[in-house]
Amino acid sequence: MIRIEPREAPSRRLTIGVPVASALLALLLAAIPLTFAGANIVEAYQEMAKGIFGSMFAFTEMLTRATPLIFTGLAATLAFRAKLWNIGAEGQLYLGAMAAVIVGTGWVDGPPMLLIPMILIAGALAGALGMAGPAYLKTRFGADEVVTTLLLNFIILIFIQMMLEGPLKDPMGMGWPQSSPVVDNALLPQILPRMRLHYGLVIALVAAVIAHIMLSKSVWGLKLRAVGENAAAALHAGIGVKRTLMSAALISGALAGLAGVSEVAGLRGYLTTDLSPGYGYTGIVVAMLAGLSPLGVVIAALFIASVFVGADTMSRAMGVSSYLADLVVSMSLICVLIGGFIARFTIKMTPSNKKASATDSGAA
Amino acid sequence: MINDTVLSLNKLSKRFGTVVANESVTINLKRGEILSLLGENGAGKTTLMNMLFGHYMPDSGSIQVANTQGQLKPLTLGHPQAALDAGIGMVHQHFTLAENLSAIDNILLGSENLFAWRRSMGTAREKIKDIMHRTGLNAPLDTIVGKLSVGERQRVEILKALYRDARILVLDEPTAVLTPQEADTLFANIDIMAKDGLSVIFISHKLREVLAFSHRIAVLRHGKKVGEIATKDADEKIISQLMVGADTPATPREPLTIGAPVLQLTHLCAAGTSARSSLEGINLTVSASEIVGIAGISGNGQSTLAKVISGLTKPTSGELAIDNQPIHKFTPTSLLKSGVGRIPEDRHHDGIIGAMSVAENLAIERLDSSDIQQFGFLRDQELKLNAQNLSQKYDIRGPGIEAQTRLLSGGNIQKLILARVFEASPKLILANQPTRGLDMGAASEVGKRLLQARKRGAGVLLISEDLDELLALSDRIIIMHDGELHAAPSNNRAQIGLLMAGEVS
Repeated sequence: MIRIEPREAPSRRLTIGVPVASALLALLLAAIPLTFAGANIVEAYQEMAKGIFGSMFAFTEMLTRATPLIFTGLAATLAFRAKLWNIGAEGQLYLGAMAAVIVGTGWVDGPPMLLIPMILIAGALAGALGMAGPAYLKTRFGADEVVTTLLLNFIILIFIQMMLEGPLKDPMGMGWPQSSPVVDNALLPQILPRMRLHYGLVIALVAAVIAHIMLSKSVWGLKLRAVGENAAAALHAGIGVKRTLMSAALISGALAGLAGVSEVAGLRGYLTTDLSPGYGYTGIVVAMLAGLSPLGVVIAALFIASVFVGADTMSRAMGVSSYLADLVVSMSLICVLIGGFIARFTIKMTPSNKKASATDSGAA
Repeated sequence: MINDTVLSLNKLSKRFGTVVANESVTINLKRGEILSLLGENGAGKTTLMNMLFGHYMPDSGSIQVANTQGQLKPLTLGHPQAALDAGIGMVHQHFTLAENLSAIDNILLGSENLFAWRRSMGTAREKIKDIMHRTGLNAPLDTIVGKLSVGERQRVEILKALYRDARILVLDEPTAVLTPQEADTLFANIDIMAKDGLSVIFISHKLREVLAFSHRIAVLRHGKKVGEIATKDADEKIISQLMVGADTPATPREPLTIGAPVLQLTHLCAAGTSARSSLEGINLTVSASEIVGIAGISGNGQSTLAKVISGLTKPTSGELAIDNQPIHKFTPTSLLKSGVGRIPEDRHHDGIIGAMSVAENLAIERLDSSDIQQFGFLRDQELKLNAQNLSQKYDIRGPGIEAQTRLLSGGNIQKLILARVFEASPKLILANQPTRGLDMGAASEVGKRLLQARKRGAGVLLISEDLDELLALSDRIIIMHDGELHAAPSNNRAQIGLLMAGEVS
C-alpha cells in the first residue's frame, strides 16, 4: 500500500531547489517537441539564449515582457495567499488600462509629476473596482469567485471593445477600434535610450518589495495569511475574515490594474483589445511558480518572460512554431506543481493500509 | 466441529500516539446473539469496530471469524475487503450511501463485477425481496436514496450488508438519528434477523434500548472492557456504574468563597446544527472563583453553547451578560474584549493556524495591542520575546518558536492555547473538551491551570464528556440533554449517568 504523508518541515534547500530543478527539467522536456518540429536542439537552445542575453536590446525586451507579469503575478499571489482565487486579473488589467487612457488622453493636462501618479491611481482604482464585485458576492453570499472573476474577464473585454468602438474611439484613428494616444506628459519614461524598457519595471519591482514587507511584517499580512491558512481559527481568534478577504481582493485587483496602466502608458501609448496576450492568466502561472512569494514572483516573471522571448526568437530563427513557447511555459508549470508536491509530501510504502489519526474520532 | 461462536476478538490493542484507544479488549459473539457495546464517548467503541472492519490496524491482538461451516478462521487485519468476505457487515453512524442513486443501485454497489456485460437486476431484486420478506426490512427499492427518510436509508444500509451475506452485523449508534418509533421498528427487525441466525453488535450509549433489546452487554471505559453482563441480570444502575466507573473521592481542592457572577445566561435560545443541539431557553450562572462543569453526551447542545459564548453564533433570543454587562454584539472580538478566554473544542481546526509560527499563534488574539504592533507593523522582537517567555512559563515544547505550529504535539498545541488564554487574565474561561485526545500528563496540566485560574478569581465553564475530569475539577455539575440544562442533584455517578441519557428520575 502506498501512502502519501506530509513532510515534517520542507527544508530550505527543497523549497528553493525544487522550482529551479523543475524549470530546468521543463527546458529539457521541451527538447522533445523541438525534435519533432525538426530543429537542431543545441542550435535551438543557443538561439533561445541569444534571444534573451544576446544583446542589450534582447535583454531589455525580456525585461519589458516581464513587467506586466510581475504585476499580475503579485495580484495572483496576494489573493491566493488569502485562498481567494482571483482568476480575473486579465479583466482588471484592461480596466486599469482603460482608466489610464480616460485620464491620460487629454481632458486633463499637467506636468508628468502630476499626470503619471494620476493615471497610476486611476488604473489601480479601476482594477480594484473590477475585483470589488466578485469579492462582495463571495463575502456576502458565498458566490464562487473562480466563476465570477473568470466570467467577468469576458464581460470586461467586450465592454472595452464597445468603448473603443464608441466614446473612447480615436477620432484620428482612421476608423480602427483603438483609443486616442496617451499624452506625452502621462507616458512612463524609458529607462535606456532607444530601448522600449520603461519605468513600469521599477514600479513593479517596488510593488514586489512592498508586497513582501506587507505580507511578512505587517499585521494586515499576518491576518491575510491566517485567513488563508485556516479561516475557522482566524475567525475564532477575532480576525475580521470578511474584511481581510475584501482588502486582499481590492489590492489584488489594483495590482492587476497597474499592469494595464504600465502597458498602455509605458509601451503601447494607446488602448486596443489586444493589449494583453493573456498576461492576467500567465500571472497565475507566475504566482504558482513563485510559490506565492512576492519576491519569488519577480524571478518567476523573469523566467517566463525569458521563455517567451527566447522561444519567439528561436522560432523565428529556426522556423518552428512559436506555440512552442506556450508549451514550455505549460510544461514548467506542471513540473513545478509536481515538484512542489514532492517538496511537501513524502511517499511511503507500507505493508498495510492502517490509518493513523492523532486522536480517536470521539464519535464512539 | 461446529462451534457456536462466530466471532472472537482476542486482546485487541490500539494506540494513537500517546493516547490509548483500546487496551487488550477480548469479546466473543455467538450465533444469533445481539451484543451491545456500551460506553461513554471516547471509550473506544468505534475504534474497536473499525479494527474489526479493517479500517484500523490493531497494534496487537487477533480476530477470528467463523466461516460458513462454523469453523473459526483468523481474519486478515487491516483490510475491509477481508472483513466483507468473512461475512462482516457494518452500518456506520454516518451513512455511506450515494444519494443520487436508487436504493437498489446502492445495495448492489460494489458487489457487481466491473467488467460484466449486463447487470442481472432480476436475480438481485429477487434476492433482496427475499431478504426483505424474511427480515421485515422494507424500503422502496427504485427510489433515489436522497428522497428516502433517515429510517429508510438505514434499512438500505442494512440490506446492503445482508445482500453480501453478512453473518455478523455491526451497527454503530443506529438509533442516534432515528425517532423513537423508527428505533422500535429497527429493533423489532433486528430481533427477527437474530432469530434467523444473524449475530449483531450494536454500539450505543442509550441504556433503555440496550436493556430492552440486547442479549448481552459489554461495557468499555477508557479503552478497556470493564464488564460483561447478560442483559437479564442487568439494570440501569449496574450498567451506568460500569460505564462511568466506581465512585472515587473528589480531589481535595482549595475551598474558595464564590464571588460575583461573571457569566449569566437568561432564557437563552440559539440554533444548533440539529433540533437536539439547539439551546432551548437555558439559564446559567458562573461566578468568580467557581468551576461549573457541563456533563452530557456530545451533540446535546454543548457545542452551540460554546459557540454562543465564543461569539461565533448569535443567540435567537435571551440574554448573555459577562461581568454584569449584557453582550449585544456577538463577535469573537467583542467577547474577547469583554474578558472571555476560549479554549476551543477542536484545537486543530479552531485553535491554531498550523502553517503559521508558534510566536504568531501566541499573539493572534491580541493583534491590536501596542506591545505586538506599531503603526500596523509587527514588532518582531516583542513577538519573539513574548513567545519565549510563554513557551518557558507554560512548558511548550517543540522545534522552536519560529517553527510551524502544526509540528507540535497535541499536548503542546493545547499548552499554546492555554498560554494565549490565561495570559489575557480573562474573567471567564470557556474550556470546551480541554483534555480530549491528550495523554495523562498533558491532561493533568490543563486541570492544574484551570484550578489556578479559579484561584485567581476567574469563573470557568468546563464542558467535558469525561465524568472523572468533571468530578475532579468542578464546584458543581450541570447536565446537558436535548438542549436543556439540569443541575446534578449530587456527585453520584450513576445518577449523573442517568441524567446524561435523558432518564430524568
